[in-house]
Amino acid sequence: MNLWMIFKVALRAISRNKTRSLLTALGIIVGIAAVIAVVAIGQGAQTMMMSQINSMGNNLIMVFPGSQNPGGVRGGSGSGQNLTAEDGESIARDLQHLVRAVTPVIRSGAQAIYQENNWSTQVQGVSIDFPEVRNWEMASGAFFTAADQRAGSRVCIIGQTVSDNLFPGDDPTGKSLRIRNMPFRVLGVMVRKGSNSMGSDQDDTIIAPYTTVRRVLQNSIFNNVNMLLVSLYSLDDIPVAKVEIGKLLRQRHKLGNNADDDFSTIDMTEITNTIGSITKLMTILLTTVASISLLVGGIGIMNIMLVSVTERTREIGLRMAVGAAPSDILLQFITEAMALSTVGGLIGVVIGIVGARTVGNIQQWPILITESSVVVAFLFSAAIGVFFGFYPALRASRLNPIDCLRYE
Amino acid sequence: MLINIQNLFKVYHMGDTSVNALDGVTLTIAAGEFIAIMGASGSGKSTLLNILGCLDTPSAGSYRLDDIEVSGMSRSQRARIRNQKLGFVFQNFNLLSRTNALENVELPTYYDGRISGKQRKKRASDLLERVGLGSRLDHTPAQLSGGQQQRVAIARALMNNPPVILADEPTGNLDSHSSTEIMALFTQLNSEGITIVMVTHEEDIANFAKRRIVMRDGLIVSGPESAGKETAR
Repeated sequence: MNLWMIFKVALRAISRNKTRSLLTALGIIVGIAAVIAVVAIGQGAQTMMMSQINSMGNNLIMVFPGSQNPGGVRGGSGSGQNLTAEDGESIARDLQHLVRAVTPVIRSGAQAIYQENNWSTQVQGVSIDFPEVRNWEMASGAFFTAADQRAGSRVCIIGQTVSDNLFPGDDPTGKSLRIRNMPFRVLGVMVRKGSNSMGSDQDDTIIAPYTTVRRVLQNSIFNNVNMLLVSLYSLDDIPVAKVEIGKLLRQRHKLGNNADDDFSTIDMTEITNTIGSITKLMTILLTTVASISLLVGGIGIMNIMLVSVTERTREIGLRMAVGAAPSDILLQFITEAMALSTVGGLIGVVIGIVGARTVGNIQQWPILITESSVVVAFLFSAAIGVFFGFYPALRASRLNPIDCLRYE
Repeated sequence: MLINIQNLFKVYHMGDTSVNALDGVTLTIAAGEFIAIMGASGSGKSTLLNILGCLDTPSAGSYRLDDIEVSGMSRSQRARIRNQKLGFVFQNFNLLSRTNALENVELPTYYDGRISGKQRKKRASDLLERVGLGSRLDHTPAQLSGGQQQRVAIARALMNNPPVILADEPTGNLDSHSSTEIMALFTQLNSEGITIVMVTHEEDIANFAKRRIVMRDGLIVSGPESAGKETAR
């Protein structure tokens, strides 16, 4: 009996008991649908997270000023005022084999006003390397120049959110907005970046030279910055670069061997790892649930195949009488179980995709359905059919033809 | 000899007692014979037919079919013999329900890789034509009368062109008119050279056969040796 014939006979046997077949396949349908949906949502989430992390910049290390302990009283992290833009320049210069670019960041909250519109946002004072460090391009206009940075010019670049709120339906480039009653010329608008992995809107910002922010907005005589953003050539260099930056800064800050660091470094891999382990846990949990459903589904198939063998004892006897060998009967019933589980698997894949899309639409969650997950789910459902169909098929193939023909 | 049985035993064990359903049967059947096996119920005639049909194995003794020793064969080998050398006709027809006449007739070729799909259909419809059901190819058994169902079963038995047809009470479930039709068909097939071995307990049905064997208590009590050209009629 060729395979196509066997398959046809199997499909016919299944379609004779449509309701029963559907109920039997339900376990497989639910299990496969769950696997497909979980994988689609999980991979979508991972992709989203990775793109958000990438949106923060290229292979970033963040350097924060650390605690100071004048007279034994230790301030918290960031309380120090000893991290300077010059530290950043030194990192860029001395570690140039690892470091692509460095920018200091000075943050200052401000109310920006343009004509009758006003908007409360954050002003970031940065260097000209900021676009490269943050991997952030201009939507229109141009970034400020080295000359602007040297002179501390009152120029700025705005994020899309600020642009939308201060200049609705208007091109901001060349316009003048006011921050604390001082006019700033808008040089351009950054492209939309969306929210970062902590959920804050990265487009709600005004970017200006750090010299300008320090001099004009903070009115500060100190040279300190809120953080240094260091961008590396390669993600793999992060551990080495952290050590090198540490050595360099300790040297520059003239710290003795026993002194605590007066700065701290954080890199993106730490955040990625934390988020990754949470996702992994969720995936394991849901996969376990799906596996149990598939196991129960497989047992359901075994059960119904045993019933089917009993019901069709006379048919088995007849097939044997006209020349079916035990192997023919074995193959026929395994194929039937496999057809049952793969049809269930197919329905499960469809429901899984539709379900994942629906969840994605409602939750505004990205969905990533990979071909490999569909193929694996499909093959797995076929394997379940073979595994759980084997025992009933073996029983059928071992029946005695005479007993079968006499069976009432 | 087409069929040569020597000293065949079939023993059934039931608890402590054992019953000899066949108690040393010796029988030869030549090609082209038409044999009726008769006897009371429990005489062993069905057991003998099942062993002839390779559906059952003897406890002891030799069975040569077409000069091949069959008694020691594996299940798969016997399946092959049933497929190639034997055709079965049952009392209760044993057609696949919800499957049309054509596909029922095709069934033996599914287990014989030698025939293509097109040839298979052609041969099955030719055979149905031959048994007088050329217009009912797509009828399911439920849509056919008993006599028509038995004719489908006979066409199925002929599908792989076997030298021997084994019939177990082929008219047992039929009225006398259909019975006569079926026996006329058997007589015609026999005249075309097919050997027919039939179990029956009806005297007038046995009369269609050329040779008659009577069994009692697991033994053949009359007609064991081949009748050759003689006819019982």
